[in-house]
Amino acid sequence: MRMTRYGIVAASMLGLSASAAWADVTLGIMIDTNPESIASFDAVSKAYSEKHPDVTFDVEQRAGGSEGDNIVKTRLATGEMPDIFQYNSGSLFQALKPEQTIADLSDLPSAAGILDTFKKVVSASDGHVRGIPFGPAMGGGIFYNRKIYAELGLQPPKTWADFIANNQKIKAAGKVALAQTYGTTWTSQIFVLADFFNVQSEVPNFATDYTANKVKYATTPAALRGFEHVEEVAKAGFFNEDFGAATFDDGMRMVSTGEAAHYPSLTFGIGNIQQNFPDNLQDVGFFAVPGNDAAKNGLTIWMPAALYLSAKAEHLEEAKKFLDFVASKEGCELMAKAVPSGPYLIKGCELPKDVPQAVSDMLPYFETEGRAGPALEFLSPVKGPALEQIAVEVGTGIRSAKDAAALYDQDVEKQAKQLGLPNW
Amino acid sequence: MVARKSPYPYWFVLPAAVVFTTLFLAPTIASFWFSLTRWDLFTTQFIGLENYKQFFREPFLIKGLINTVIYAVTTSAAKTVLGLLLAVLLTSGIWAQGALRTIIFFPVLVSTIGVGITFSVLMHPTRGLINVALATLGIHGPGWLTDPALALYSIVVVDVWKGVGLATVIYIAGLASISPDYYEAARIDGATRRQMFFRVTVPLSKPATVTVVTLSLIGGLRSFDLIWAMTKGGPGFSSDVLASVIYKQYQAGFYGLSTAGNVILFLLIGLIVLPLTAWFNRKEIDL
Repeated sequence: MRMTRYGIVAASMLGLSASAAWADVTLGIMIDTNPESIASFDAVSKAYSEKHPDVTFDVEQRAGGSEGDNIVKTRLATGEMPDIFQYNSGSLFQALKPEQTIADLSDLPSAAGILDTFKKVVSASDGHVRGIPFGPAMGGGIFYNRKIYAELGLQPPKTWADFIANNQKIKAAGKVALAQTYGTTWTSQIFVLADFFNVQSEVPNFATDYTANKVKYATTPAALRGFEHVEEVAKAGFFNEDFGAATFDDGMRMVSTGEAAHYPSLTFGIGNIQQNFPDNLQDVGFFAVPGNDAAKNGLTIWMPAALYLSAKAEHLEEAKKFLDFVASKEGCELMAKAVPSGPYLIKGCELPKDVPQAVSDMLPYFETEGRAGPALEFLSPVKGPALEQIAVEVGTGIRSAKDAAALYDQDVEKQAKQLGLPNW
Repeated sequence: MVARKSPYPYWFVLPAAVVFTTLFLAPTIASFWFSLTRWDLFTTQFIGLENYKQFFREPFLIKGLINTVIYAVTTSAAKTVLGLLLAVLLTSGIWAQGALRTIIFFPVLVSTIGVGITFSVLMHPTRGLINVALATLGIHGPGWLTDPALALYSIVVVDVWKGVGLATVIYIAGLASISPDYYEAARIDGATRRQMFFRVTVPLSKPATVTVVTLSLIGGLRSFDLIWAMTKGGPGFSSDVLASVIYKQYQAGFYGLSTAGNVILFLLIGLIVLPLTAWFNRKEIDL
């Protein structure tokens, strides 16, 4: 009798614990602190939890920039990475030794819907897809305040000379022409990195030759021009007075509220306007970094970050199911609704009709053949860590454009050697 | 030479030896090894002295080395001089002496990162309290942290403000150990206060000076957190020191290279501090 009672208790306890193990899965996920990342993740995780009430998420947020790189690398190397993590695609992804550290996602049913342009930047050297797009593609270019443009009767510039002329008129009207924010150092690189479409339209083989150590920034006039542009706008005195200390948030504020007319950035800044200055969302327009020739001008594109699955993930199968949902058309459209700041890279995934002004300024570049191309970091693994400091030096007048380009050429050597590229 | 027999059996030191070996000795030896490899956390490849060559080729390194020495010498000198003067003031029996001693020591207890962030807000070129206050006096304040010629020295000032309390406390202890007989004798001989300071106080507080100089010099040479919180070595590379150059290599994923940088920093501190301590100690015996 007693035996049986114990037996029943034990059996029911077993049953309970077994069903508990089946029922509740907590997926660990690490994303960065960017408002767009958080909004995208909230959109997909909420929908997924509604469909699968047994799945919950344990979200950990990390810093962006080089501090974030460090966190991701250290966690992967020590095996402390949550199941799923968000990280850049392109050259930064390649530096993670993806063959060893990141799970293969090529058998994911929804992987077939990922656009080929994106598959390329999340495939390891074995050719297997290891990431799914998280967020929209971004453009690198210049935000402008449409109220100031209307007030002064200006048109978005088609060439660099037009851009300088606009800046001069804005400055003459007593306004800050160009916001610069060296307090957030990465923002200093936009004139160099987002000029790459213009570089490539003049030197079509630049990326391949650059990887093979055959061309250099300092000795290729088209590539050097990015550095020269920074020097030119700095010397012309277009900047806000506190450019050395201002931050990315300050820059977005200035261009949204009309404190400054221009702010070079990546289009993920639109999320910042939506969050902090929703009333000014329609006041901010966007154009690509202008080049010498209006006919050859186009937009330099940044591929979105990806969600990856750690090779040592605790809940490998459950995490794969979640990623499959994120990469599906349904998951993608949820993100597109939450963060409509650029085109998405899943087949058939449409943006909502009413997008912010800066996005509708950007979309024509994507929709017209030959007016948009990826940034150098998606075509070549060679990227130096010190470009942001070097660009700050040019903008602050410490170093000339020519010297800066030569210094950057030297800086990239370390990366090339570490990756074991031939010819370096 | 016969080794003196330790009064303790060997097993007695075992726990300490285990801790020392696993936490200090092994990592130190490992870091010498890793500094000779190209290391991306996942794989290592032995490349001999290549990292050291690369580190010395870093264009920012020379700037960082010079800045490190400037930073260490200026902060150390300022802390020593100000520390002694403040200690004299705070042992002279002035009003509320105890409270004032507490106040001068207070910044030492505050988190360096907190101090750095606070001062970078105060030193903001347009909105910072310092320049706003100067503007009301009609002075156009400089970009304390954004002017490349000024940034390093602005951090030096904050470092001295934060660290002078420790120097003062060491000097207060040093002054307390000087026998009042010396001052009495000097007074009878008709020495002025100035003479008493230079002829009695300064030489007799030498042990305190040795401690203050050594501590603040080592602190200055390896200084990192305050600089990182205030400028991250910027603008550009103008306030980079050896430690921030090393950290940036680490952030960029050049783990072997940054380990080589740490070995160099270790050797540099040794090269500067060992002869200095030897010199100080010799002088002490002479005294």
